[in-house]
Amino acid sequence: MYIATSRGSDAAADVPKSGVKRAVTGNVVALGLVSLVTDISSEMVTAVLPLYLVLGLGLSPLQFGVLDGLYSGVTAVVRLVGGHLADRWQKLKAVACFGYGLSALGKIGLMLAGSSTVAIGAVLAADRTGKGVRTAPRDALITLSSDPEHLGRAFGVHRAMDTFGAFLGPLVAMAVLWLSLGSYDSVFFTSFCIAAIGVIILVVLVKDHQPKPRAERTKVSLRETAGLIRQASFRRICVWAALLGLVTLSDSFLYLVLQRRWELGAVFFPLLPLGTAGVYLLLAVPFGRLSDRIGRWKVFLGGHVALVVALLALLGPVDGGILAVLALVLHGVFYAATDGVLMAAAGPLLPEHQRASGLALVQTGQATTRMLASVLFGLAWTTWDLHAAVLVAAGALAVVVVAAAVLRPLRTYA
Amino acid sequence: MRARILGVAAAVVVLIAAAVGYGVLSRDRGPAVNSVAVVTGQPVSVQAKGQLLFRNTAEGPDFGHLATVPADRPGEPRKVSGLSCDRFAASAGTALCLAAQPGVLPPMTDVIVLDKDLKEIRRIELPGTPSRGRVSPDGKLAYWTLFVNGDSYAETGFSTRAGIFNLATGKLMKSIEEMGLLLDGKPYYSSDVNYWGITFAPDGKKFYATVGTKGKTYLVEADYEKLVARMIRENVECPSLSPDAKRIAFKKKVSADLAAPWRLAVLDLASGKETMLAETRSVDDQAAWLDDRTVAYGVDSAVWSVPADGSGAPRELVAQAASPAGV
Repeated sequence: MYIATSRGSDAAADVPKSGVKRAVTGNVVALGLVSLVTDISSEMVTAVLPLYLVLGLGLSPLQFGVLDGLYSGVTAVVRLVGGHLADRWQKLKAVACFGYGLSALGKIGLMLAGSSTVAIGAVLAADRTGKGVRTAPRDALITLSSDPEHLGRAFGVHRAMDTFGAFLGPLVAMAVLWLSLGSYDSVFFTSFCIAAIGVIILVVLVKDHQPKPRAERTKVSLRETAGLIRQASFRRICVWAALLGLVTLSDSFLYLVLQRRWELGAVFFPLLPLGTAGVYLLLAVPFGRLSDRIGRWKVFLGGHVALVVALLALLGPVDGGILAVLALVLHGVFYAATDGVLMAAAGPLLPEHQRASGLALVQTGQATTRMLASVLFGLAWTTWDLHAAVLVAAGALAVVVVAAAVLRPLRTYA
Repeated sequence: MRARILGVAAAVVVLIAAAVGYGVLSRDRGPAVNSVAVVTGQPVSVQAKGQLLFRNTAEGPDFGHLATVPADRPGEPRKVSGLSCDRFAASAGTALCLAAQPGVLPPMTDVIVLDKDLKEIRRIELPGTPSRGRVSPDGKLAYWTLFVNGDSYAETGFSTRAGIFNLATGKLMKSIEEMGLLLDGKPYYSSDVNYWGITFAPDGKKFYATVGTKGKTYLVEADYEKLVARMIRENVECPSLSPDAKRIAFKKKVSADLAAPWRLAVLDLASGKETMLAETRSVDDQAAWLDDRTVAYGVDSAVWSVPADGSGAPRELVAQAASPAGV
């Protein structure tokens, strides 16, 4: 974060022609700023939504949960579409802008939806579509406005700023509720205003990627996107990221296990993600830099090792607060070492004009297998018991990590 | 470039000002005068027989306050107390008020147990948002359900936490989830088990509740002393035991349509016979028995009643009201 702050003053400076002097370009900081502001906006809504649904509207949240589940599959497809269109039209910024804009309008939609469950579900689906559409072109822009040698650091800065926004969101929501004497509409309207600021920063301060004139100006076809998979190094990163996703325990499960072990007062439960996010925020930049120096794939795998250790700690003899701190720190390390680092590792493997589609492919593969992992772990938890399920999860993850380390899928780029 | 930054800064100032302005204007809680006829400043007792207590949701300064009307003359001006509740229940001289703490994130609820004159006996602070609240027929147990977000499978999912407070012993069970659960006589374990909508029998030992797991809901019959529950019937939500303890009024899921999933029904415990009530709208409330023949419930921002035997028609008792409790 400190890098972002110290460079805040020249955030809008032109993208330097060569990234040699400036490790993190103004464009990356500007994109980080957009994410920071947008995350404040979306986390505000996430924080008040339960209150709003139950007390404001008198809806049954369980009913809402069913509806919400229906839309979660949308994101995967939409991300691929967003990436593909951004490449096809060579308009990364425009597609990202559409995504951010859609999410911003969703906040107004929440004000208009009233108490209709279906309308609220639709608004949230639109919000999620916006999120899916914008991710790949935004990450592609980050890679294209950074020097390949310092990509890890660039993503570190971006993710740190993003996480900082997520931290601020609930605080801003509380401030608005306090100021407005508990008006949910005010929270949604403020959220819209803040999201609009994010869109304005994107439009005015972020520079679009200028594609080099190619010999033949054919548009990127779906066939060409699918062809990315034929490139061995990129295929390996996709396959291994997806494989690791399949054996990665999801956040909510980790927190649930921690809660059971710690016998944590339910009051603190919602604070657990903040612990992870705090560590992530602090370590995103250092780990990004580390990945530039010693190799991104190494750091990426190292992050998964941290998760294995966290899972084993959950099964170990240490109990109480120490366990909680240990597990949350390791979980934060896992995020700091994997989230942005994977993008930094995949980016340089992709031709410029297919950056967004390629990154979307990696992200979607990973997200899909992670969703599957959640289902499998839920099943294991129910059929055996908690202890056995976590043990199996940790074992499976360890096996895949060792395999990935031995086979070294990214030999040349490590 | 400088001009661009100035432009962005100007836009930021305008948007923030708009947000703050909107927030400040929202402080105005509507009309300064109550939109319905009310009587204020008079003591409210939950022991006085023949009254209908409810949460006043008419706009005005007394919005959200506990109010009461004579049960046989519900059209009279409502007597309003200063107690602010999101859910309210009362029985045998004990009252329960669930009040969400304003503007607190993550949400917290004050579970307030009160005596017949609404004097506070015990206040329990718990995480979550108020959903259901009830007092046992003998007035010795208060129990509630709160919605808690964050600890379910789905990232955005909600789960419920139901608790019981024993006024006689001071024992507090923050969650009944630790109870043993039997399905077809066999112990049932699943990490997604959720309980909601408790209702106690007059003996203060047996109680009923909803258990939800794997997308299905069941009625459970539980023993408060042994803390064991067994599932006895599928698709029974938010049970409410009749004063004679022979029947259970409940929400029955009748449609996959998310806009209107439930109908009110009554289950005869001895015969297992279900009767759909004359209310055809989708009701998302734990029904309250006014006597052995009538149930009351909140729907469409008003309190309604309908005969418990499936005959007759729904009748609006009090407009702009919720959380009915007959004493």
